[in-house]
Amino acid sequence: MLTSTVYLISTITIVALVTWGLRSFPFLVFGNRELPQLVRYLGYVLPSAIMVILVFFCIRNANFSEYPYGLAQIISILLVIFVHVKKKNMYISIMSGTICYMILIRTVF
Amino acid sequence: MKEIRFAFKQTVPILLTYLFIGMAYGILMEKAGYLPIWSFFSALFIFAGSMQIVMIPLMQTDTPLISLAIMTLFINARHLFYGIGFIEKFRKMGWKYPYMVLTLTDETYSVLCSVTYEDELDEEKAMFFIALLNHCYWIGGCTLGGIAGQLLYWDMTGIDFSATAFFTVVVVNHWRQYPSKIPIIAGAISSILFYILLGSDHFLIPSLSVSLITLVVLKDRVITKTGGAFHVN
Repeated sequence: MLTSTVYLISTITIVALVTWGLRSFPFLVFGNRELPQLVRYLGYVLPSAIMVILVFFCIRNANFSEYPYGLAQIISILLVIFVHVKKKNMYISIMSGTICYMILIRTVF
Repeated sequence: MKEIRFAFKQTVPILLTYLFIGMAYGILMEKAGYLPIWSFFSALFIFAGSMQIVMIPLMQTDTPLISLAIMTLFINARHLFYGIGFIEKFRKMGWKYPYMVLTLTDETYSVLCSVTYEDELDEEKAMFFIALLNHCYWIGGCTLGGIAGQLLYWDMTGIDFSATAFFTVVVVNHWRQYPSKIPIIAGAISSILFYILLGSDHFLIPSLSVSLITLVVLKDRVITKTGGAFHVN
C-alpha cells in the first residue's frame, strides 16, 4: 500500500513537472528580454493556425475511411460555422452544434 | 466583481466540456481503484485532460516513471506553442504570472485568444479569472466524478463536443477579423496532410511545426496583408 502510494505521488509529480516544463518553455526562453520581432509576429499569427489544428485534433478519432465517415462531427461543425456566420452569437453557435452532435450520434450514426 | 462575471460568461462552453470530461476521468480513476483525492491532486497539478486519462492504465501496470515522462512529453508537446503569443502579457502580471503559465491548457489558451475585453474591465484580472475558473471547473469535474460519478452521471455522451464547437467559433472569428487568411489555411492544409500521412495519433506535432515554419517563410506576405504592421493581440 505504501509503495503504491509513493508510486502514485511520484507519477503525478513527474507528469505535472513535464507538463509545466512544456507550458513554461517559451517563457523561460524569452524570459525578460525584449521579444525578437519574429516571435512577436508568431504570437500574432500562430493562434489562428493552432485553433484550426485543434478542431482537427478534437475529431481525430472519428472513422473517416468507412461508415459513418465522421459525418456526425463534420455536419455539426458545418452547422456551427453556418450559425456563427449568420447569428454571430457564440452561445447559440456552440449550443446548436453540440445539440446537433448529441442527437446525430444517438439517432442517425 | 465584474471581471469574474465577464470571465464566467466567456468560459461557459468550457464549463460544460470540463465537467463532462472531468467526471468521465474521475469515474475511470474510481473504477481503477484510485481514491477521489488522487483525481483531485491530478486535476490540481497536472490539469491536462488527455494525459490524465492516458495515465490511468499506465499507472495500473506500474509503468516506469521515465516512460511516463516521455509519454507526457509527446502528448503535451503542443503546449510548447501556446505561450508564444502571451509572453509580454503574462510577464506583466506579477504574482499571477506563474499561475497563468502553468495553467495554459488548450481551452484556456483558446478563450484567451478569442476574447475582446470590454473597456471598463481590468484586463489582467479578467485573464486571471478565466484561467482560474477553467481550473476550478476541471478540479470540480474530476473530483465529483470520483466521489459521486455513478450517481450523477447520466448519458451526456457528446456534450464534450462543445469544446470542438468552441474552437470552431474561434476559427470563424479569426477568419473574419484577420486581414490575412494564410495562418488559418496553413493550419488546415497541414492538419489534413499529416492526418492522411501519419494518422490520428501522430499528426499533431508535425502539423503545428509545419504551420509555424510556413508562417515564418511567408512572413512578408502575411505582414503585407495586414497593412505592413501587426499588433500583438
